Amino acid sequence: MQRIGVFVCWCGTNIAATVDVEAVAEALSHEPGVVYSTNYQYMCSQAGQDMIRDAIREYQLGGIVICSCSPRMHETTFRKTAERAGLNPYMVEIANIREQCSWIHKDKATGTEKAIILGRAAIAKVHLNAPLIAGESPVTKRALVIGGGIAGIQTALDIADAGFPVDIVEKKPTIGGKMAQIDKTFPTLDCAACILTPKMVDAAQNENIRILSYSEVESVKGFVGNFHVTIRRKARYVKEDVCTGCGLCTEKCPQKKVPNEFNLGLDNRRAIYIPFAQAVPKVATIDPGYCTMLKTGKCGVCAKVCTAGAIDYKQQDTFLEEEYGAIVVATGFNPIKLDRYEEYAYAQSPDVVTSLEFERLMNAAGPTGGTLLRPSDGQHPHTLVFVQCVGSRETRDCGKPYCSKICCMYTAKHAMLCREKYPDTEVYVFYIDVRTPGKNFDEFYRRAVEEYGVHYIKGMVGKVIPEGGKLKVQAADLLSNEQLHIDADMVILAAAIEPDESARSLATMLTASMDTNDFFTEAHPKLRPVESPTAGIFLSGVCQGPKDIPETVAQAGAAASKVIGLLVKDKLTCNPCVAEADELMCNGCSSCEKVCPYGAITYQDKEFRGPNRTTLLRRVAQVNPAVCQGCGACTVACPSGAMDLKGFSTSQIMAEVDAICK
Amino acid sequence: MTDTNARQLAAEVIRISGADPKKCMKCGKCTATCPAFEEMDYHPHQFVDLVDKGQVEKLMNAKGIWTCLSCFACLERCPRMVEPARLIEAVRVAVIRQQGMNHLKPQDIPELLDENLPQQAITSAFRKYAK
Repeated sequence: MQRIGVFVCWCGTNIAATVDVEAVAEALSHEPGVVYSTNYQYMCSQAGQDMIRDAIREYQLGGIVICSCSPRMHETTFRKTAERAGLNPYMVEIANIREQCSWIHKDKATGTEKAIILGRAAIAKVHLNAPLIAGESPVTKRALVIGGGIAGIQTALDIADAGFPVDIVEKKPTIGGKMAQIDKTFPTLDCAACILTPKMVDAAQNENIRILSYSEVESVKGFVGNFHVTIRRKARYVKEDVCTGCGLCTEKCPQKKVPNEFNLGLDNRRAIYIPFAQAVPKVATIDPGYCTMLKTGKCGVCAKVCTAGAIDYKQQDTFLEEEYGAIVVATGFNPIKLDRYEEYAYAQSPDVVTSLEFERLMNAAGPTGGTLLRPSDGQHPHTLVFVQCVGSRETRDCGKPYCSKICCMYTAKHAMLCREKYPDTEVYVFYIDVRTPGKNFDEFYRRAVEEYGVHYIKGMVGKVIPEGGKLKVQAADLLSNEQLHIDADMVILAAAIEPDESARSLATMLTASMDTNDFFTEAHPKLRPVESPTAGIFLSGVCQGPKDIPETVAQAGAAASKVIGLLVKDKLTCNPCVAEADELMCNGCSSCEKVCPYGAITYQDKEFRGPNRTTLLRRVAQVNPAVCQGCGACTVACPSGAMDLKGFSTSQIMAEVDAICK
Repeated sequence: MTDTNARQLAAEVIRISGADPKKCMKCGKCTATCPAFEEMDYHPHQFVDLVDKGQVEKLMNAKGIWTCLSCFACLERCPRMVEPARLIEAVRVAVIRQQGMNHLKPQDIPELLDENLPQQAITSAFRKYAK
């Protein structure tokens, strides 16, 4: 029997207010094997840890039970404490009497009773604990960044600057993301392209960065330090290393009626295209959905005009297999679809546009060359109505329950730019709340009102009716309790933003968790904001939650520093709580191999001694401890009970259940 | 009306309506979309606000409860699913169900009878108005 010490933590009043800690320590002192039992205000403090260390030495403890907060919080802390006192760190058990007891109970008597039961279960388990030694695994010193927007570019640049090779996988033909489509940036009004495109060039020229554009992650295997990734390089029907980016093909292609996604369909491009002038890589791509040659085999104009001989109609998708130590997700966002907002007439009138479309209409490289013109008739608009929170903060299923965070500021920017460039316009902004928490943000919004004369109206637009070349806007002004009727030339909708549609399937591949809105979950909402709960997966940009460019760049740098911190290590300590097969009980059925999400289990034919000096050849399971993540799926699937998880063995769990039911 | 009575009345209106004024984020889209705005003294967003504040009595005396078209545009377009039209309907019900507010005396009924009027409608009207 182990000599066990019990340490009950008050957690200030967090536990002590609902659990009688004295009584718990007293009750647990009578459990079998317990030779020491005490309580203290903060077990995690230096004084508390010293108390544990001294008790281990003084009472020659072979196992300890800490009744405290969740093991997610301080299990590592107390394992280190035990190690310092010479005890194997896996001889520590945590009884969670905070999250699972004091925080959820109001009655002290009930709380105390439950805390004793939880402590008793942990004691029963620690009796069966065995010392475990953590192994080590190597680290592949190379990172993968998924997504080539400003988040991905910045993360890649920062990792590359520290000397590690990085691959950026971008599904579009060019990096740059949403920021490349934006005209000006708030609150300084500097041109987005002027600050983004030099970074794109830096990324292209950095010898540590490889840009895999027009590519997608196909599968991810492995674990922190040792990811094995398959990348699909989509056929662009143009040899990337031969194309000079001269653009002649994009002028001669006879297929002129392809909606230009870079300008959000506000104009057309050819079937062979370079998304925009500063694209990186500046290489043409053939759109197989529209190319006459690929569809009917008759055309070939681009191949004829290409002096470099870069066109290859026979190109196929290829697959690249790579090893990485860390993966950064930077998959970004899209504005939501507005089909279901019939009250705003988005589908009926081309003069009702989203804010991102409005960016293109204001942009010098956009479909109108930077002159603001109504999409319907090319006339100069005089009255503009901006509607905020379209789909944001909305609990109807067509909207999003969260605040998209960036709309207040970009709408102020749009309104301000309109009034500055076209002083003859009347600009109305309908708002529910104006949210400007950022450096120089509120000052920016106030300038729009005070210096640029933008009419900010507290209220919402109820409906927009296209009539006689005008947009009849019916809205509420809540401060004056009036209903307003405005004849507008254009209506601009600040559509909510949502994570890119690729995020969910990627999360499944990475076994990284997401919230109900498909934003990636961080390991800790305050203290580990750029790490996913899955080791080795990091988060950058809007894939984690709505944020503006300065915040995205800051988070990108933070994610990069976490990646660098991982890649500088030569070895990683593995989790020793891994599965192990009892070869004598294993019947070689393959059930465990099929359920293992990490591919950690293989089968081997092994010789065993049979009766009468015979030798039997039997097929048995083998677990690779470096790959196993200790999820326990195999132990449940195993029909013969041969598979067990170290540190969480079936006998340990049954002992806990017995202790609880006693 | 005492404060407690007013609160009870508001709670009753909320119960009957099945709507929750606490969900309102005060965007005013209900009022923005209302086609009967000009005819109403209190507007849809004010209904939500006053029920939330426990001031149902004001609404019971308002013209607006009878000029609301019950077109449900506010309910359809509310981003927070507050459903102002249901609250307005509940205030109407509260007015109708008031004790001692007879609009009709039994002896007046024979004179008003219309042979085309279904029997059930007469019974129903009597139950509603003669409490």
